Amino acid sequence: MEKENRSRQVLSRIATNDQHGENSPYFHGWYAYERNRFHPTQNPQGVVQMGLAENQLCFDLVEKWIKENPNASICTREGANKFKEIAIFQDYHGLKEFTHAVAKFMEKVRGNRVTFDPDRIVMSGGATGANETIIFCLADPGDAFLVPSPYYPAFGRDLRWRTGVQIAPVDCHSSNGFRLTRAAVEVAYKKAQESNINVKGLILTNPSNPLGTTLDMETLKSLVAFVTEENIHLICDEIYSATVFSSQRFISVAEVIQELEHCNRDLIHIIYSLSKDLGFPGFRVGIVYSYNDIVVSSARKMSSFGLVSSQTQHFLTSLLSDEEFVDNFLSESKKRLAKRHHDFTTGLEQVGISCLKGSNSGLFFWMDLGPLLKEQTFEAELKLWRVIVDDVRLNVSPGSSFHGLEPGWFRVCFANVDDQTAEVALERIRTFVLDNGKKGDEGR
Amino acid sequence: MTQRRRSNQNSSPETELQTPETTGATAMRLIVPLQGIVQGRGGLILGSLIPCALFYFLQLYLKRNRSPNPPPRSTSSANLGELPRTSSRSNLSSRGSIGPVQISVRASSIAKPSDSPYYIGLEKAAEDPYDRLDNPNGIIQLGLSENRLCFDLIEKWVSENLTDSIMGREGGELSISGIATYQPFDGMTELKVAMADYMSQVMGRTVLFDPSQLILTAGATPAIEILSFCLADQGNGFLIPTPYYPGFDRDIKYRTGIELIPVHCRSTDNFMLSMTALDQAFNQARKRGIKIRGILLSNPSNPVGNLLSRDMLYGLLDFAREKNIHVICDEIFAGSNYGSEEFLSMAEIVESEEFDRTRVHIIYGLSKDLSLPGFRVGVIYSFNEKVLAAAKKLTRFSSVSAPTQRLLVSMLSNTRFIEEYIETNKKRIREIYHLFVAGLEELGIRCAESSAGLFCWANMSSLIPSYSEKGELELWEQLLNIAKINVTPGSACHCIEPGWFRCCFTTLSQEDISVVMERIRKVAETCKSSC
Repeated sequence: MEKENRSRQVLSRIATNDQHGENSPYFHGWYAYERNRFHPTQNPQGVVQMGLAENQLCFDLVEKWIKENPNASICTREGANKFKEIAIFQDYHGLKEFTHAVAKFMEKVRGNRVTFDPDRIVMSGGATGANETIIFCLADPGDAFLVPSPYYPAFGRDLRWRTGVQIAPVDCHSSNGFRLTRAAVEVAYKKAQESNINVKGLILTNPSNPLGTTLDMETLKSLVAFVTEENIHLICDEIYSATVFSSQRFISVAEVIQELEHCNRDLIHIIYSLSKDLGFPGFRVGIVYSYNDIVVSSARKMSSFGLVSSQTQHFLTSLLSDEEFVDNFLSESKKRLAKRHHDFTTGLEQVGISCLKGSNSGLFFWMDLGPLLKEQTFEAELKLWRVIVDDVRLNVSPGSSFHGLEPGWFRVCFANVDDQTAEVALERIRTFVLDNGKKGDEGR
Repeated sequence: MTQRRRSNQNSSPETELQTPETTGATAMRLIVPLQGIVQGRGGLILGSLIPCALFYFLQLYLKRNRSPNPPPRSTSSANLGELPRTSSRSNLSSRGSIGPVQISVRASSIAKPSDSPYYIGLEKAAEDPYDRLDNPNGIIQLGLSENRLCFDLIEKWVSENLTDSIMGREGGELSISGIATYQPFDGMTELKVAMADYMSQVMGRTVLFDPSQLILTAGATPAIEILSFCLADQGNGFLIPTPYYPGFDRDIKYRTGIELIPVHCRSTDNFMLSMTALDQAFNQARKRGIKIRGILLSNPSNPVGNLLSRDMLYGLLDFAREKNIHVICDEIFAGSNYGSEEFLSMAEIVESEEFDRTRVHIIYGLSKDLSLPGFRVGVIYSFNEKVLAAAKKLTRFSSVSAPTQRLLVSMLSNTRFIEEYIETNKKRIREIYHLFVAGLEELGIRCAESSAGLFCWANMSSLIPSYSEKGELELWEQLLNIAKINVTPGSACHCIEPGWFRCCFTTLSQEDISVVMERIRKVAETCKSSC
């Protein structure tokens, strides 16, 4: 025991504190799934994973492309002649062709309404690494960033754990559809200042996780104006930009600053990744794009801690440069996401469960199970969640892990399962709701 | 910490008015008449004016110094002239005024162009790279420890062991879900198993590595950083023998806030670590109030290329136990051991004895021994469960790309190929090493004794204009700009004796060596005639 104590003493604070946030229900649900994974034939009673925002709807398109383009890979006969050159390449600027291809892809996703400079593209270890890196560049320990809530649970880890930076939440309410307003940001900003907290910027996730909504031009403009006036940074995490499946188009902050004459571009930074839009989280491709030269320089040096494998860069250069493939992929992906979203939301509406109105993007929807709660508290929400994970056997994510103010909301991911599994999942929720609804009536 | 202290000595606008000299003079002008008043010699006017004045100056002083110290700023930030000099907190009142935006203190210091010859040389060589045919007057790169000697073997392997594609097979069908989807962030189990076995093979099968104690990261660079974050807090220190790999300054200092405390090694000891020096450095750091959390060393050593003996390894463990600190061994050059001396891994030492293994951690990677720096594959191997648990979570920020993991599972599991590769690699490094070192000797340049690594540690002190860091850097510049070869000067490696240079030779062919020697000879002659 004494030896253990001694051993524990010799670890760092970071190694022994809880700031990684992995002791939250968000992660516990994953463990439940890991222990008992659903399979349509082998384990039909298992837990369906609906807590992981992964996009598997268009793998068939990618697999077809890979088979037809063997030279994109350095481990095929056709591509092997590039092996040596690629294997030795470790320049943290990245393969020139790669950064160009990524820039073009990002432009395409934004309807070619903006241009991106490949020299401003900095690699990182996935979006996780990108978010951490940009915070390291912009803020010092003790500083804070404004984050609209509800927000992605792992921001607690990504923005705070090693950086020592705090999160100052900006409250959003169901009363106006959780829409972010400049007024709400100002309230949170003022509150932080009154507590003598030094706010270095605002981080937006647009499209939003977990809401699945996008910001309109007016709101974006007002937020850019706000940060310019207050001389603080604006980070736009746009990793879900190509998942906008409705007719309402995605508006990037890149577009906004093009239109605004008086904004300070040194304040604007974009986070991107290929994990959500393309469905390649395993590739670990994170991007920091900054309009601030010093930030680009500093982030680039830090990118040594999370460079993208040259093999992966090489492969993606081919894939993303194939315009026909990319155009087809983007439109197919939208269609399939739209259909999945529609099937789930209408299926749930039929049993009286509503999902956030106006959701038009993302790999999930924000579901309101408030009517099923015995009391409108987070304790009741967690109880309900346990039932959903253990009895209904669906890993959905409880709203409390997203740090929102109102209990009863759940994030449900729908793009990581096949059609058959999706149907099973929907049926299970509907059955559960109908059963519980009846119980609720009997109680009165 | 050292950086901060250094820069506070530079004056900045706010502190100019309050330098010790002016404050002292002001004080004297007030105290002398005051004394007079107290002793009954002064007048009423002075008697009331002076206390008021004192009170006023006190208020002024307090107002100026209410904000915490300005952030560190070195004088070479002139080219970043835009950044405001006040601390972020005092900006709260003037927020909204026109002024350039603040980024973090960390970023400001990282962003400025490096003044280290290590990085400057690498950049210049990359801009004008030598090519025997296309650019014969270009800069020959001897500053990057890269190994290009055995790519023919790898290409052969690739052509004979094709996978159908970047994808794996799931249930017989080619499927991308095996590589595109989220994988365990600390690496796929199959790769950990293959890596553990590969490491054992590389180190001569004298030790077994347990895959469950292995964590994979996107290169040895994040491996070192992650391990540091786990073992020490901001402001703590690691002891590190010099000369050391310049990249450690980045890996440890950029973001962890941990200090590197040098333990100087000398040419008289062939730059081997002395336990006395280690102990002295520990005590001196303690006197300065720095808590030492571990020793960081590379074995085989970079830049010298020597190996730690069994006795030395035992000695380090004893020392670490006595002081209750960690030992981090960067063994990334283990497979580049071409000499007759056997490489001993720290893992082997702790396996055989009853040591408290929980303080031992090993760093490894595929960039040097297997020449795959582009693939970004690093290893943290630890005997400490809690370190493994924490490091695992941190790999979230630096995971190995899944397609690369798949490729490597194939490659590393092919033990016959690996065996052939290791043997051939050692042989070829040895050949080039002998040719290179002999070439230098003919020019009167001797190298330290080494038996591993991709470089030699050359003593060019007879060529430097003055026996100082300045003299060494002058020679380095001549070598870079006139001889057009990029070598790494000892000062970039924190070597205490001037005149030593690291020369990496494993990107050279035998023909290139004579070109290098000829270029050095020209500069050497110029130096000798002017000395």
